[in-house]
Amino acid sequence: MKRRTFVKGLTLGAATAAGGLAAPAILAKGKTVKVGVLHSLSGTMAISESVLKDMDLFTFDEINKKGGVMGHKIEPVVVDPASNWPLFAEKARQLLTVDKVAAVFGCWTSVSRKSVLPVFEELNGLLYYPVQYEGEELSYNVFYTGAAPNQQAIPAVEYLMSEDGGGAKRFFLLGTDYVYPRTTNKILRYFLHAKGVADADIAEVYTPFGFSDYQTIVANIKKFAGGGKTAVVSTINGDSNVPFYKELGNQGIKATDIPVVAFSVGEEELSGIDTAPLVGQLAAWNYFMSLKNPVNDEWKKKWAAYTKRMKLPYADKPLTNDPMEASYIGINMWKQAVEKAGSFQVDKVITAMGGQKFHAPDGFLIEMDPHNHHLHKPVFIGQVRADGQFDVVWKTKGPIKAQPWSPYLPEDKGKKDYAVKMTKKT
Amino acid sequence: MRAAAVAAVRRYRDAAMQKESLTPIRLVLALLVLGLLAFARPALALDPAVVHKLALGDTSDDKIAAINALVESGDEQAEPLLRALLAGNVQTSGDRVLIINGSTATDPVTGQKISPVPSDASDVVLNNYVRGVLDTAVSALRLVSHDRATRLKAARELADDPRTAALPVVDKALARETDPEIKRLLEIVSASVHLHVGSNAERLAAIRTLARSGSTKTETLLLPLVAKKADGSWAEPDPEIRAAAKASLASVDERLAWGDRVGLLFAGLSLGSILMIAALGLAITYGIMGVINMAHGELMMLGAYATYVVQNLFKAYAPGAFGWYLACAVPASFVVAGIVGMILERTVIRWLYGRPLETLLATWGISLILMQVVRSIFGAPNVQVVNPSWMSGGLQVMSNLVLPWSRIYIIAFAAAVVLGMWLLLARTRLGLFVRGVTQNRAMASCVGVPTARVDTLAFGLGCAIAGLAGCAVSQIGNVGPALGQSYIVDSFMVVVLGGVGQLAGTVYAGIGLGLVNKLLESWSGAVMAKIVVLVFIIVFIQKRPQGLFALKGRAVET
Amino acid sequence: MYGSRAWTAYGAFAVLLFVLVPLAALVTPSGSALHLSEYWVSLGGKIICYAILAVALDMVWGYTGMLSLGHALFFALGGYAMGMYLMREIGLDGVYHSFLPDFMVFLDWKAYPWYWSFTEHFWYCAALVVLVPGLLAYVFGWFAFRSRIKGVYFAIITQALTYAALLLFFRNDTGFGGNNGFTDFKRILGIPIATPQMRVVLFALSGAALLGTLLLGRWLVTSKFGRVLTAIRDAEQRVMFCGYNTEHYKLFVWTLSAVLCGIAGALYVPQVGIINPSEMSTANSIEVAIWVAVGGRGTLIGAALGALLVNGAKSYFTQEFPDYWLYFLGLLFVLVTLFLPQGVVGALRRLRRLRRPAPGGAGAGP
Repeated sequence: MKRRTFVKGLTLGAATAAGGLAAPAILAKGKTVKVGVLHSLSGTMAISESVLKDMDLFTFDEINKKGGVMGHKIEPVVVDPASNWPLFAEKARQLLTVDKVAAVFGCWTSVSRKSVLPVFEELNGLLYYPVQYEGEELSYNVFYTGAAPNQQAIPAVEYLMSEDGGGAKRFFLLGTDYVYPRTTNKILRYFLHAKGVADADIAEVYTPFGFSDYQTIVANIKKFAGGGKTAVVSTINGDSNVPFYKELGNQGIKATDIPVVAFSVGEEELSGIDTAPLVGQLAAWNYFMSLKNPVNDEWKKKWAAYTKRMKLPYADKPLTNDPMEASYIGINMWKQAVEKAGSFQVDKVITAMGGQKFHAPDGFLIEMDPHNHHLHKPVFIGQVRADGQFDVVWKTKGPIKAQPWSPYLPEDKGKKDYAVKMTKKT
Repeated sequence: MRAAAVAAVRRYRDAAMQKESLTPIRLVLALLVLGLLAFARPALALDPAVVHKLALGDTSDDKIAAINALVESGDEQAEPLLRALLAGNVQTSGDRVLIINGSTATDPVTGQKISPVPSDASDVVLNNYVRGVLDTAVSALRLVSHDRATRLKAARELADDPRTAALPVVDKALARETDPEIKRLLEIVSASVHLHVGSNAERLAAIRTLARSGSTKTETLLLPLVAKKADGSWAEPDPEIRAAAKASLASVDERLAWGDRVGLLFAGLSLGSILMIAALGLAITYGIMGVINMAHGELMMLGAYATYVVQNLFKAYAPGAFGWYLACAVPASFVVAGIVGMILERTVIRWLYGRPLETLLATWGISLILMQVVRSIFGAPNVQVVNPSWMSGGLQVMSNLVLPWSRIYIIAFAAAVVLGMWLLLARTRLGLFVRGVTQNRAMASCVGVPTARVDTLAFGLGCAIAGLAGCAVSQIGNVGPALGQSYIVDSFMVVVLGGVGQLAGTVYAGIGLGLVNKLLESWSGAVMAKIVVLVFIIVFIQKRPQGLFALKGRAVET
Repeated sequence: MYGSRAWTAYGAFAVLLFVLVPLAALVTPSGSALHLSEYWVSLGGKIICYAILAVALDMVWGYTGMLSLGHALFFALGGYAMGMYLMREIGLDGVYHSFLPDFMVFLDWKAYPWYWSFTEHFWYCAALVVLVPGLLAYVFGWFAFRSRIKGVYFAIITQALTYAALLLFFRNDTGFGGNNGFTDFKRILGIPIATPQMRVVLFALSGAALLGTLLLGRWLVTSKFGRVLTAIRDAEQRVMFCGYNTEHYKLFVWTLSAVLCGIAGALYVPQVGIINPSEMSTANSIEVAIWVAVGGRGTLIGAALGALLVNGAKSYFTQEFPDYWLYFLGLLFVLVTLFLPQGVVGALRRLRRLRRPAPGGAGAGP
């Protein structure tokens, strides 16, 4: 009897101790929430997109350290759609139906976004799209944290036409052949018409993704420039930018003669090119790494420490750029919206997103418009420095509101400035 | 002031060279010169207000006014300051303007040296408008340099880019210039500036002078004279000037058209040389063994990555000799790709002889594996291969034609590789064996040629050449795991078009395709050109399946 | 045509396709373990379309000895033809609310180009699905076979053909959506696509097409026509000397194969929801060849099986071990060509023949 009681007591004691040791582990496992990261980690867009995945993971890590979202730890689900647009749609569907993520942060090219849009609208998902784009879209299920044309393209062309920017009279619109350059150039053409530039002074040339032999095109730019002071507006995307800029530099095109403004070239894309011959070439963004303000300094420092800790391949020279900043803003605003709404449910979060504010690394208090799912963003025009960074030569006084439906396109008249939820039509 | 002094000195020198005796006139002149030198002593201190406006001016106009003031002042210190500003070596610290030279800073106003550079020194940012004016100003200041080469370079730059602001300096330099070549260039600059000002006779003279130019900028200047206004009337009222402008424009356009033609030829040659060197290895492996190597593109990629690794090694251990990294990268890519090729031949290809379709599939599988290996080691995004300094920039052949050095070197490299290949095949024992096995494997084997070893070596050689092609391609394109995919179809087309068994086929087909491609591209755009070329090859193969230069008696094998 | 065991398998597969899957997708409640979500139904339908593609290639390669590296082109053309109809069916519900598809709006076109006329009619597009790949195949084949292009050269020019088409379709100016392709489909014949019912119908149609293709193929290869085909594969010159006009045989099977691919593509597109020129890339075409090789060349069911195995493995690996997927695929290519020239089905058949006791010999145990 006594031994039995003794054994029972011992077992009970051991169990309690074990339970006590295990209890923190069980409690620590706690609640998690899954979010999706949908960026190309291979293929022609990997040069631009793979760093966005790392920035997303860094932001999740930062949020988790501060206690997560509404007490839930963020559990990222990373997929690689490999610059293959149909695969984007398939992976998006997988994230929403199989992994059941609360939100997806992803896409870069407008093709990829348009491929996944029907999926998000059908399944009522939530996508945060961090890249500058051509506008002409306003989906209930998407928040656009990158620039619309009036926050990037239009101010850039206005700068080029000004005396400071070179007083350009002719424009060579060069882009990759897909929806973003086509639509942006369409808007720019209408804009230039409104400013009195004739069609004969506008040239439009497109090259496919991954194109790399720009000899003839650069020669054509030189020829076109014979007719008057010319500026090039480049919407080339992906790794085609490297051979294009190399050819520009090698053929001796100086920024003082023919300035080139690009909308998809940032610190990341320049990191592989000899930038000495490119000094003075321009880029238009809502953020540059060289901006001097306390929020940016802090963010860059934390990012550098993270890249070292995770031993990322570029840890010896960590860069930050505009889409990374937009991703960072988007994720933080999602967190704030979830906490305001008190729920992860998509419709509630979407309602709570309107009016969210965040102190962004570009130095301003960025606000999500109450209705049109876009951010109010400042515009910076930067010029290339010999070390591959950008100096700001022009900027807006403060953030400006996005116009997703361009006022220059006749067919956009009467379009509503707020999102409408897609209902299932019969 | 300084110009006057210079002129005086030169007059004295000319007089002295004519061996005039030391007459009182010369004594007076000498005194005059000394006096002028004494009084015309260049201000060692620049005007601080102008320097302040230059570096810290609020608007572009402020900065431009400062630049013009400095140019007109003729100050000796102006040129170094403006040159430093153009090179990005001018910084401001608070209200002080500093010229940075390494770790020391110089104050241009006082000449004082400060070391180390103050920590709050920030760059002076110039926009393109200001920088353009600055460029012209520096060229203009260089026009009065003592060194002929500097003057020539400055004159060329100005002739290519005449701006009105430079006029007074240009006229002064023109008056003083004795070298005929520089004088001619300065006349063009002066003429372009005189186009709209002065009497009709002056303007006509200016227009006719401009006919000698071959610059697109001249075209830009002449076009408004023959243009019509929006309401249909002529922008230039005088018909004589219009006619002269039209004639000059025609002559300038003719020169520009030549530039375009040569540029097109060069572009075609450049593309052709790349196609040729990419397809050469494939021609050898297919010619000798009938093996279609779908991993050929990936072997090129391996060569490109070998170049990247060598570049990194040089950056880490021998940064001073960075310009030499290509000299080591070429043999490195040759060896790496060659070894991988030989391993492939021994392990996989050997078992698939006589089954070409299976070889095709197996080598495709190998290409996938190679791509993934490279992705795992180096990462999926592209890696940066930086051109050494002697490969950057270009050779200015005509006013509107700059031939990039990288492409010139690659053409030369491709020619060297072809020559080397030809020597190897025609003059060495291995080449003899290779040719023998290509022509009749059974007989060669009977005669004692070790066919198995020859196969391995030949396959390795073909792959090694692919590695060399990859090294070349890394200098002008992107280097990433998918590099091979963009060259594989082109290589096949060259091989199929050129025929196998002879080098000549690959050479002619490669260069021919490059030229045709570029020619079509100037008419219909790059993509349509490529499509037309592909369709042409498909049709050509129907007519002549064995290609352009096939060995006699060789039918199309299954 | 088939032995009794094969017919049973056939029947069982039909039951699975037409009875079990619809039940699991439509009838069982959505929380239960037996429920098949739309994701799986679409994925299954997609793989079935790939199986049809593989069987079509097998007819041309396994039975007639012509390796085509451009079969994905015919698949994509059928898909584009169906896609044209589906784009028309979007009507005014697109992003720009225009009667033109979205990509024509951003190209600033004001009307449909001539080659889009009549595509709002389903039957016209259904005819295009069959005619366009068929006609292209016929013309190409006529020229190619007349010049007696065989083997490796034939493979290479099919690759050139599909690459040229890829470049053509990537151009936005060509009028087929360029890099965007066709997407955002809403309805077929007035019925919305994004419902479980429609998905199951499409799945069932794909399954029926696969069964039909297998039957057709089997009938073809067990007939006299099929004998001539295998003879052409093994010794074409001898067949020619025997008096057969091999060009006609090759042309017939080549065109038939292309038409089947087109039909597969047309069924594929509404299930995947997007078509884009990368469907006709050379990498895709070569992958089709490996499905056939893995499953078993020269056996129709092998091709279908190969497609199922490789694509199933792909969906699994790209999710679990995305870094290792290409190693696996590459090794598959190498190992199958080296060690399994007859594919899985071929190996199984050999195994079965070895196990079966020799006639009249001592009965060996299992």
